[in-house]
Amino acid sequence: MTTHGQFRLGQARRGQRGIIAAVGRSPGATNGRDEVFDVELERRLLEIGFVEGARVEVLHEGFLGRDPIAVKVDSMRVALRRHEADMILVREAPAQGPAGTAPR
Amino acid sequence: MNVIDQTALVRNARIALVGNPNCGKTALFNALTGSQQKVANYPGVTVERKEGALRTPAGRHLTVIDLPGTYSLRGRSPDEIVTRDVILGRTNAVERPDLLVCVADATNLRLMLRLVMEMSGAGLPMLLVLNMADIARYRGIRIDIPGLSHELGIPVVEAVAVEHGGTDRLLAELDRMLTDLRPARREHWLEQNAAEVRDAHHAADSMVVRFVSAAGEDRDWTGRIDAVLLHPVAGIAILLAVLFLMFQAVFSWATVPMDLIAAGFDWLAGTLRAILPDGLLTSLLVDGIITGVGSVLVFLPQIMILFFFIILLEDFGYMARAAFLMDKIIGGAGLHGRSFIPLLSSFACAIPGVMATRVIENRRQRLATIMIAPLMTCSARLPVYTLIIAAFIPARKVAGVFDLRGLVMFALYAAGIVSAFVVAWVFRHWVWRGKSEPFIMELPGYKRPMLRAVLTGVLQRGVIFLRRAGTIILSMMILIWFLSTFPAPPAGAAGPAIDHSFAGLIGHAIQPLLAPVGFNWEIAVALIPGLAAREVAVGALATVYAVGGDAGGEALGTILAGHWPLGTALSLLAWYVFAPQCVSTLAVVRRETNSWRWPVMMFVYMLALAYVASFVTYQLASLAGYG
Repeated sequence: MTTHGQFRLGQARRGQRGIIAAVGRSPGATNGRDEVFDVELERRLLEIGFVEGARVEVLHEGFLGRDPIAVKVDSMRVALRRHEADMILVREAPAQGPAGTAPR
Repeated sequence: MNVIDQTALVRNARIALVGNPNCGKTALFNALTGSQQKVANYPGVTVERKEGALRTPAGRHLTVIDLPGTYSLRGRSPDEIVTRDVILGRTNAVERPDLLVCVADATNLRLMLRLVMEMSGAGLPMLLVLNMADIARYRGIRIDIPGLSHELGIPVVEAVAVEHGGTDRLLAELDRMLTDLRPARREHWLEQNAAEVRDAHHAADSMVVRFVSAAGEDRDWTGRIDAVLLHPVAGIAILLAVLFLMFQAVFSWATVPMDLIAAGFDWLAGTLRAILPDGLLTSLLVDGIITGVGSVLVFLPQIMILFFFIILLEDFGYMARAAFLMDKIIGGAGLHGRSFIPLLSSFACAIPGVMATRVIENRRQRLATIMIAPLMTCSARLPVYTLIIAAFIPARKVAGVFDLRGLVMFALYAAGIVSAFVVAWVFRHWVWRGKSEPFIMELPGYKRPMLRAVLTGVLQRGVIFLRRAGTIILSMMILIWFLSTFPAPPAGAAGPAIDHSFAGLIGHAIQPLLAPVGFNWEIAVALIPGLAAREVAVGALATVYAVGGDAGGEALGTILAGHWPLGTALSLLAWYVFAPQCVSTLAVVRRETNSWRWPVMMFVYMLALAYVASFVTYQLASLAGYG
């Protein structure tokens, strides 16, 4: 992962943070049936605050397979599975400073 | 200032509280209505419907409705559908509120601002309450209220639901708005697509930028607590410890009140037997009602303690964390983190458990959770378990530390949980294949639980249980007494009188079916009312042996130990792990799924599992010489 690249939230590790660049899968990336599912998922992610421009930070990872993850989205915390988080593309920001002093 | 309220002549004005989950809406509802609340269900669905009465400073009587929390009006779960339909007046026109009170968490405004904009399509007058204003101030968040109000075009007030006088401004504003309330317009709400949701977010964002300034100083207690409670290793260990403590408390704390209740009923039965003349009425009162109902009411303390913990953890904000920790584990069976809370409640009683599944949006996952909820060992099974364990399992230490009785109890709980997972897996992989529902759930900030709110909740659960005991259980007890008393034996007949009664006849008739699982006819008789409510089986056994004349003042456990082989006792325990559930559970499942198919399927599969489990247990015990 490059320092200022982009990453899928579903692949992110604890402590990684950034700004949401895109929510949703590119058309044609999935078959027809999944597209209905994905459109619904996209709206649900948007409704709970995963919207382009929101700041995100991975706070916690689950015990088995590091799944699900707990994410800070602006001022709230949301738990979701990595599978769902994969739909969110994040523009990476530098990881937080050592003493947790970096501005949020 | 005394304005005559015209609408009051027709009906009280109705105001509805709407907001995102975890915005403190229920706390505000409690603050507004005090003790004047009633909890009922919406017709057709078992979504809890909370209504309360409120008298404003100007003397207006209002009806306050607490609607389930939601992030949008799209209505994906039964809960959210209720919110949408009430707001849009789709349930029925009379129920439609006259005014919407939108409740926002002042520390997290954005999502609610979007919902407020979406709700303007409902055509109802609105008011925005910035709840938890004290926390926002403490965190240095400043909100330009006149600016926000002007931008949204609706009044905006601050409130602190948990503080005395914290709702004064809201009440004053309600009075002001209600003096000159414009009537509701027709709704013109349309479901937003993804692009529109994005646009609304941007509009909300721009409002936050212009009207909210945050100092950014955040002590972040929630983050610190989460660092421990959501830690991959420590978090799981703490969750297990919490569950362990909870069940420990259910068993140990409840002992004293349970003994008192049992002693009270014994005293009552003894006294009545002493002062009343021997006869049918005395028999009905003592053998039927007091013995039977008493054996069930004994479990009230356990049920209330379990609910105390569940409500406490819920209010603290821990339940969402438990769902996070458990998601992967119960996800293996095709379930969902959100299934955890309903399943946990089912340890107290499957009825609130089944009702709590309404937060699961996906129908299949919801049904799978409903179908396995009765496999969690509910407190109604405890009477059966404790009775038989105390009678047949010696109080012995195993490996020096474990109590053998405790181990058997643990094994029974474990058997229920393991079989629930297997059944869920079978359902999800063979009956309904397909994508699992996404797990997306807000982790609310931790809050100090309000003792009063917790106790009110516990009390409400207790009342529900008592009402059940007073209706279903009482009538079953009278029926059992009747069946086991009539017809009276012919003069000079040999053997106990109950042998000649209806109960004896029914018991003898179905006993051959149950012989392979080691049940005698007394058990067969007790199983019939046991279908109505599991715990009734104990009362029924007590009644059968009391009317049969075997009791002679001895404890039921002692009688059973003298009459049953060990194999029969173990087989009955196995039966009750799966026992065909109580009628009330089936009725709730019928109402929740709106179909007879699921309760029938539940009944059949559980009966089959119970028979197979008992058969295997009894046959193995017989082989080992305990038949």
